[in-house]
Amino acid sequence: MEFAELIKTPRADNVVLHRPFYPAVEGTLCLTGHHLILSSRRQDNAEELWLLHSNIDSIEKRFVGSLGTIIIKCKDLRIIQLDIPGMEECLNIASSIEALSTLDSVTLMYPFFYRPMFEVVEDGWHSFLPEREFELLSSVTNEWRLSYVNKEFSVCPSYPPAVTVPKSIDDEALRRVATFRHGGRFPVLSYYHKKNGMVMMRSSQPLTGTNGRRCKEDSALINATLRAGKRGYIIDTRSLNVAQQARAKGGGFEQEVQYPQWRRIHKSVERYNILQESLIKLVEACNDQSHNMDRWLSKLEASNWLTHIKEILTAACLAAQCIDREGASVLVHGTEGTDSTLQITSLAQIILDPRCRTIRGFEALVEREWLQAGHPFQQRCAQSAYSNSKQKWESPVFFLFLDCVWQTLRQFPCSFEFNEHFLIVLFENAYASQFGTFLGNNESERCKLKLPQKTMSLWSWVNQPYELSKFKNPLFEANSLVIWPSVAPQSLQLWEGVFLRWNRSSKFLDEACEEMNNIIEYNKELQAKVNALRRQLAELETDDGMQESS
Amino acid sequence: MHRSTPVEQVKLIDRFSTSNKSLMGTLYLTATHLLFIDSSQKETWILHHHIAAVEKLALTTSGCPLVIQCKNFRVVHFIVPRERDCHDIYNSLLQLSKPASYDELYAFSYNPKQNESKRLQGWQLIDLAEEYKRMGVPNSNWQLSDANRDYEICDSYPRELYVPRTASKPVIVGSSKFRSKGRFPVLSYYHRDKEAAICRCSQPLSGFSARCLEDENMLHAISIANPAHHYMYVMDTRPKLNAMANRAAGKGYENEDNYANIRFQFVGIENIHVMRSSLQKLLEVSGTKALSVNSFLSGLENSGWLRHIKAVLDAAIFLAKAVAVENATVLVHCSDGWDRTSQVCSLGSLLLDAHYRTIRGFMVLIEKDWISFGHKFSDRCGQLDGDPKEISPVFTQFLEGVWHLTEQFPQAFEYNEAFLLQIHEHVHSCQFGNFLGNCQKEREELKLKEKTYSFWPFLLDEQKKYLNPLYNQDFSQKLVLLEPNTASFNFKFWRNMYHQFDRTMHPRQSVFNLIMTMSEQNKQLEKDFKELEAVSIVK
Repeated sequence: MEFAELIKTPRADNVVLHRPFYPAVEGTLCLTGHHLILSSRRQDNAEELWLLHSNIDSIEKRFVGSLGTIIIKCKDLRIIQLDIPGMEECLNIASSIEALSTLDSVTLMYPFFYRPMFEVVEDGWHSFLPEREFELLSSVTNEWRLSYVNKEFSVCPSYPPAVTVPKSIDDEALRRVATFRHGGRFPVLSYYHKKNGMVMMRSSQPLTGTNGRRCKEDSALINATLRAGKRGYIIDTRSLNVAQQARAKGGGFEQEVQYPQWRRIHKSVERYNILQESLIKLVEACNDQSHNMDRWLSKLEASNWLTHIKEILTAACLAAQCIDREGASVLVHGTEGTDSTLQITSLAQIILDPRCRTIRGFEALVEREWLQAGHPFQQRCAQSAYSNSKQKWESPVFFLFLDCVWQTLRQFPCSFEFNEHFLIVLFENAYASQFGTFLGNNESERCKLKLPQKTMSLWSWVNQPYELSKFKNPLFEANSLVIWPSVAPQSLQLWEGVFLRWNRSSKFLDEACEEMNNIIEYNKELQAKVNALRRQLAELETDDGMQESS
Repeated sequence: MHRSTPVEQVKLIDRFSTSNKSLMGTLYLTATHLLFIDSSQKETWILHHHIAAVEKLALTTSGCPLVIQCKNFRVVHFIVPRERDCHDIYNSLLQLSKPASYDELYAFSYNPKQNESKRLQGWQLIDLAEEYKRMGVPNSNWQLSDANRDYEICDSYPRELYVPRTASKPVIVGSSKFRSKGRFPVLSYYHRDKEAAICRCSQPLSGFSARCLEDENMLHAISIANPAHHYMYVMDTRPKLNAMANRAAGKGYENEDNYANIRFQFVGIENIHVMRSSLQKLLEVSGTKALSVNSFLSGLENSGWLRHIKAVLDAAIFLAKAVAVENATVLVHCSDGWDRTSQVCSLGSLLLDAHYRTIRGFMVLIEKDWISFGHKFSDRCGQLDGDPKEISPVFTQFLEGVWHLTEQFPQAFEYNEAFLLQIHEHVHSCQFGNFLGNCQKEREELKLKEKTYSFWPFLLDEQKKYLNPLYNQDFSQKLVLLEPNTASFNFKFWRNMYHQFDRTMHPRQSVFNLIMTMSEQNKQLEKDFKELEAVSIVK
């Protein structure tokens, strides 16, 4: 298919662009296969707007006489308005945007066409290979092995080719366990706690069904992670009720009789379209400036967004607590093990593991616990807060995870190497991107799409020294401690940097932030200068001493 | 030491811990404080005056629970092993926390061992005559009036009042007779550049139809004291319904037909009783154990607290804009003109004048619009055993309004949040003389300047702790009027005030404190660098 077929009117003059915090701009609108571009005729700053079609969540059109207006709502939550003279032009442009922003073939997406303007120093597609992660693990324990049982994606289509499993369990056993777990997602290692050797594993639900089907390899697998005489915890992210209902559909949960060494805790975390509705309601509330206080608070409450944040953080704290405080190993799963499970396992690692609070460590975490672990990004992030489609698979699962990280970052502002901006960039790229990183739903799909060969990795761009400097938290001081966030409602806050970003000017806050950075920079500079002088003086003194003694 | 103590084996319970975490220790009552020393020798001091309520709960197996709520929002939960002891402590605290007369207040016994001349100097630190001079008053339009020199026309006003030059003594006296409690219109703030003024008063005794020529002349005099202008605003900060109800009692509001060129405006800030119960509801919600997000948000909404804060700020913005944008003079009143009027006048001035965003300027602002104009600190803070219906968090709301501004304009203020919290602490502590009593006349009768210490020099001595490292003076100058955004989503629950003693609720690392330390360190490093440089040049 040629994009040209979709673009009936490639260009329109005298279009007026309205967007938050900028004066209206009149200019020429151009549509390309992947971008909507508006440039004014002003010489000084010709480029006014480049918008990826894939960033467009929904559009609305209105007419007053022959003047048409298109309101574009973006996945990054921004809303812009284009006034286009001429009804036909406006209709053409609107229908083109609609078609171009909802292309159904992945290979037509911008990442397949994007040519980077920067030199790739480190190819992000190879930055976080499972082999390298496994090497790190091998330096502290030899109880685990890297299995390639899923090399052809035949045992579990949503798992990567290489997974870490207990050394004592062979591939044959893994194949059998896979038939006993939803979608073949047998328990694999998620995190090894160096401090006490306890581990966190993740999987999907066991397929016990109503007649209590069992699988001795399954219990053998997870028991292999227990120390003699020790008990472990299974954290089921569903309520007991939901887990019981799952049995009727062939799913289920680990029964005490079959898993006597494990204590099961149900910690319900909301999922699917309920989360999407929550996001839609929250954004709607934030976008209406005219709400009086009561209405705003009741809408904030009705969105339930912060309730979800609290649920997820609470479950993650519980998992972390079992490992660090109780000295027990943990298995986390819900139904499919691709959503709430990953929220819990990744946040527990943020809490427990200082490495995950560095930029590279966080990238590795996203790579490991989200991309390779098979979180279906393409389905979940197909639409954002302005979606009307109400599809069950659209859900801001990863977005909620980022919000939880932001909440933790706010409570421990010196313990993270990255800043809020880094999280926002990840949010934006998960929904619309020139990079291939978040395309596809799992490694198998990425492999078939040949993403590493045909697209650029987000990490290749992020990890350039110049870009990296923008994501660094100047207050970062490596902290080897476990960090326990407060989940009291008084401690949780609306993520203003995302939800109020387009609804109010942040000029004064940005300036204050800059001043803060100046103070920190100046402090470093002064310390270096003073130390250098001290050293010089000390050298002079020893020289003097030597002269005197000679 | 009080006769009922020490009591040993007392448990102090963490009020938010779900696992009932507690500390064992000994409880003492001194003449001024309750003291708890836990087994690790950590001391918790609670000033008797800070105690808002003591409650004895039903006996449990581990002892008798005693809950103490403080005016600085500390809540302590003790378990006393013997009911008898608990009962004794309870009775003692009831007595100690509600003194019957002023001379029992801490300020009269507080002795920081300072010499007399320094103590007296302390009382001269803030000079309101200087402040009016700074604003540019007196001038050709405004003058100092001696009408109230001996509190003869209004005993809740200060002696020194600034009025339009064209307002004669009979006009002043006449107007004061037509205003509730004699609180006639006087100058609160003069905007030098715009030649516009903020004036304040109480409601007129207009009833349904009464008029007063002198009062009408008074307003006219204020109006023409602004040479550029042909109208002035009269802001009634009450909800219209309340103001109308007051007419039946012979009070009310200005009839636009009777006053030349006024623009009358209701603002809709609720009265002290609504505010008191609002805070009560807020604290009930925020004090709940294992609180869910939705109960918190709906509780926050039902309390109405943030709605009230927004109403006060919106009124202040209206006022400040009228002055700065329209060059108009504004007369502000409520019922008696000492609660809502103080809030709106002081916050409005703070938006207009960068001086009030400095440490010293803020002290002056409180001294002027709150202390001297007779905000009834004693009644509103419940300093003595009195009518509980007079207690209201009006001043706390003012501080919260300022805090919201500091959140939106992090570089516009010389002071930080700790400064606001410390002021709040001592408004209620009765440790210094400044906030005792309800008006200047009462303070003179109490001979506070002879018998007690002033708060301001103590605050100024510690000012390092209260400096905002991000403060930018240029910022304040180039930005003449602060224009905060009051869309509802900007208003947040002030955790650092209402949970200031609940450490588990707060971020474990404070960016602000770090920046403050670094900023201090930078000064020292600059000095070190200069010294080292000098030494190395000599070498």
